[in-house]
Amino acid sequence: MLPIGALLAGFAVFSLFLLLQGKSPADFFALVFRAGFGTAFSWENTLSRAAPLLLAALCVALPARLGLVVIGGEGAIVLGGVGAGFAGVLLSGAPAGVALPVMLLAAMLIGALWIGAVGALRHYRGVNETIASLLLAYIAIALMNHLVEGPLRDPASLNKPSTAPLGEALRVGTIPGWDVHWGLAFGVVACVLAWILIDKTTWGFAARIAGGNVRAAQVQSLPVGKLILGFTALGGAFAGMAGFFEVAAVHGSANASLAGGYGYTGILIAFLARHNPLAIIPLAILLAGFEASSGLVQRRMDLPDATVLVLQGFVFMAILMSETLYGRFKVFAPERWRTG
Amino acid sequence: METDLGYWIIPLAIIGGAIRVSTPFLFVSLGEALTERSGRINLGLEGTLVFGAMSGYALAYLTGSPWLGVLAAALCGALFGLVHGVICSLPKVNDIAVGIAMMILGMGLAFYFGKPFVQPVAPDLPAIGFGWWSEIPQVRAALEVNVLFLIGAALAVLLWWMLRATRVGLTLRVVGDSTDAARAMGLRPAVIRTCATAVGGAFAGVGGAYLSLYYPGSWNEGISSGQGLMAVALVIFARWNPLACFGAALLFGGAGALGPVLQSVGVSEGYYLFFAAPYVLTLGVLIATSSPTRAMTGAPGELSITK
Amino acid sequence: MSFLSPTRRGFLKGTASLAGATALPNLSYADSHSPLTVGFIYVGPKDDFGYNQAHAEGAAAVKAMEGVVVVEEENVAETIDVQKSMESMINFDEAKLLFPTSFGYFDPHVLEVAPNHPDVRFQHAAGLWTEGMPTNVGSYFGYIGMGQYLNGITAGHATTTKKIGFVAAKPIPQVLLNINSFLLGARQVDPEITCQVIFTGEWSMAVKEAEATNALADAGCDVITCHVDGPKVVMETAAGRDCFVCGYHANQAPLAPEKYLTGAEWNWAGVYTDMVQTVLDGGTIDNFVRGGLADGFIKMSPLGPAVSDAARAQFEATKAEIMAGGFSAIKGPLKDNAGNVIAAEGEGFAEDDIALESMDYLVEGVIGSTS
Repeated sequence: MLPIGALLAGFAVFSLFLLLQGKSPADFFALVFRAGFGTAFSWENTLSRAAPLLLAALCVALPARLGLVVIGGEGAIVLGGVGAGFAGVLLSGAPAGVALPVMLLAAMLIGALWIGAVGALRHYRGVNETIASLLLAYIAIALMNHLVEGPLRDPASLNKPSTAPLGEALRVGTIPGWDVHWGLAFGVVACVLAWILIDKTTWGFAARIAGGNVRAAQVQSLPVGKLILGFTALGGAFAGMAGFFEVAAVHGSANASLAGGYGYTGILIAFLARHNPLAIIPLAILLAGFEASSGLVQRRMDLPDATVLVLQGFVFMAILMSETLYGRFKVFAPERWRTG
Repeated sequence: METDLGYWIIPLAIIGGAIRVSTPFLFVSLGEALTERSGRINLGLEGTLVFGAMSGYALAYLTGSPWLGVLAAALCGALFGLVHGVICSLPKVNDIAVGIAMMILGMGLAFYFGKPFVQPVAPDLPAIGFGWWSEIPQVRAALEVNVLFLIGAALAVLLWWMLRATRVGLTLRVVGDSTDAARAMGLRPAVIRTCATAVGGAFAGVGGAYLSLYYPGSWNEGISSGQGLMAVALVIFARWNPLACFGAALLFGGAGALGPVLQSVGVSEGYYLFFAAPYVLTLGVLIATSSPTRAMTGAPGELSITK
Repeated sequence: MSFLSPTRRGFLKGTASLAGATALPNLSYADSHSPLTVGFIYVGPKDDFGYNQAHAEGAAAVKAMEGVVVVEEENVAETIDVQKSMESMINFDEAKLLFPTSFGYFDPHVLEVAPNHPDVRFQHAAGLWTEGMPTNVGSYFGYIGMGQYLNGITAGHATTTKKIGFVAAKPIPQVLLNINSFLLGARQVDPEITCQVIFTGEWSMAVKEAEATNALADAGCDVITCHVDGPKVVMETAAGRDCFVCGYHANQAPLAPEKYLTGAEWNWAGVYTDMVQTVLDGGTIDNFVRGGLADGFIKMSPLGPAVSDAARAQFEATKAEIMAGGFSAIKGPLKDNAGNVIAAEGEGFAEDDIALESMDYLVEGVIGSTS
């Protein structure tokens, strides 16, 4: 109830904003609903956009259980994508049943190493993970650009420097009956698995203790180092998986478009979900739906493309503010997910 | 008539780049240092920076005075900071998350209202030529120093002194280190943090005005390439010390000049890697100066990001 | 397949008027006697003084045509975003002709979406349509390298340092052809001239473009041009460093009136209205369309006040030669800047030579490398 109330409050503030511009909120929300959720095509549009966001958000949510604020998932996405693309080039003759899993594993491994390195720097050198992950994201994008325009460039890629295109057999298709690629299913499953890990296993329990109080965890002789390495690497692996799907399902090769900003959007989703992997699913879909509606809003109401950004800003502020109400009413369980 | 300086243009470009590019980093990181010293983190300064760039440019264009633009950017920035500060004063609201949402809101509003100001040309902020002693045009160009850079440098020293030696600075540090201790002293942590966030926002707004009103000196949606976000990270790098923020901003700006200048002297392969120099260098320094035993010395005790 | 059921349309209009909407939005353009809906998609903002603005000016000309409705979207990324934007225009607006204008939209995005919508025509700027690709896809572009060649002639007359500069985004064939043409034009004036190129690695990145321009000025370049999406920053920074500038994509003279020599501009208005007219008349646009100065695909900005009489004369003479057709800027004897022979004496690549669209070298005299 509370999140829905917050959503409506956000809509109300945004409606005021529109009224001040002389635009009709009713038209606006009708269009957003229609283009984001109103037709079968709208759902395909929304869910296709949500797929990478689910995985990118996990890259933030998992380390957050240990109290780590990792904001550089973008780096794992782009390098994971390059890894998948390059593995696909090397395995161009192999059967899909072999090549696709190898590409996926390559992407996940690179992502795991990249964000795992952030965890290692934190644990062994005391380097702040927020700044390290951000710096590494910029470095990863530079590396990706260097690789796809230099050593790994397919000379036949003229207008858009890319690795060699994946053969038709190595492309990931869509979920049967739906124009949405398999990345969505993997993303949802990943969120459920992450939820089980955190909520139902000893590892997850230990991580929650360590995230709450490192000293207490050490007194209980919990393996804090292993937890940090494991959770950061797992988060990175999921981001790498997002890179794999961008390459194998969307682009067909690794190129500069891999840096699409999903890693940064994922930060917002993870925090809105209060790092609860199950809550990531509806929030990623909501955000993707807003983005899916941007085009129709531009075309029909003559509003700038930034309008949807403003809407997101108001809605997310409202949702975050509503958290102050948690625990004030008996019906809501005490706050459990806070890491800050 | 330009002179051929050979490889001497590399150090010259680094100095020139440090002066030209560092100012937004400097203002945002000084503002954020102040905010974080009070125990809050405002990750939304990227949005404030972009809105400052837009509002500064718009006002400068409409009034013809770049300084009114800077003032407008500072006021808008303060307003954004105030909103962040007030919302985060509510119990159980996560300051990092609110920051990210404010970043989206700030950018959204800036792009929304900024459309009509992309085409017009607004007046630039003035610069002072410190290269008068040299006959070499490149030296003169490198030493064109914008007034805001000088103000930023002075502010760094002032804030450093303020935090160390004044009552205001001490109050801020107490609030940042322990909410309970501050309450025991009769201070109101939420009010002080909100003020610190508002001032921090004003600084970030001025940093944005520098981007649109001096260098690169125009308003468009791609004006910031993440300077605001990076500057927030630089505060941790600078260990919350305003003087170190100044150093970090200079390092970052100077290293950013490497990519173009190396190409201009013929080192042209792998330019993406040279463009990454500021990030690699910062990470290297960070790893070298960190230590697992004395992690985060100087970190305010109440800061969520380093707890 | 269209999901636009009449009931839903009615429902939406109903809610809109119920809520006392200020102005009823055009919830469906297909309601009136089916005008042709044409969609334009831009990778950046429409008013960037550059690539996107040039296309948007073309779209504005189409908007003025009878029986046509134009829908536009800006800031659409070269990801699944553009695929969904195209499909959204098809599904919701019943667009029958699409102009996705960014280089990176073509492969795989346009090629992916087009086969699912055989009744929609996809016209892509700069793409290289070849036999075997979907037949409802067309690619068009202009020989704007010739414009950079003419830019080079004015630059060759204006430079005193014998060094000119080029701020480039990425080393792709179109960009390399522009760099090479700029220098070869200047070398028609003085074969001693060299051209320094700096790649920023991004199509749009203001601070990097400003830094690159400053580095060029520091290296002694005194005429600067560029190939990035929005040339505004380069023009203003270069003029601020007392360099002359040559424009690109659109007319940037207002940004530096004294220093602007000329510029190579797109002239999409004529091209787009022709294409739309062809579709309105029930005809079919060729899958592969190219054109140059003579065909009205590109044009030159009016010469600036700093262009000397000698420069003007050579500019006009060369322009006339280009207009006559079959002109080669890339002709022998010519080597690349690594010493490989590009063209022997007597050989040349005319402006419409398709080989130019896979250029992967910088000619002798260009300081820089392609990776």
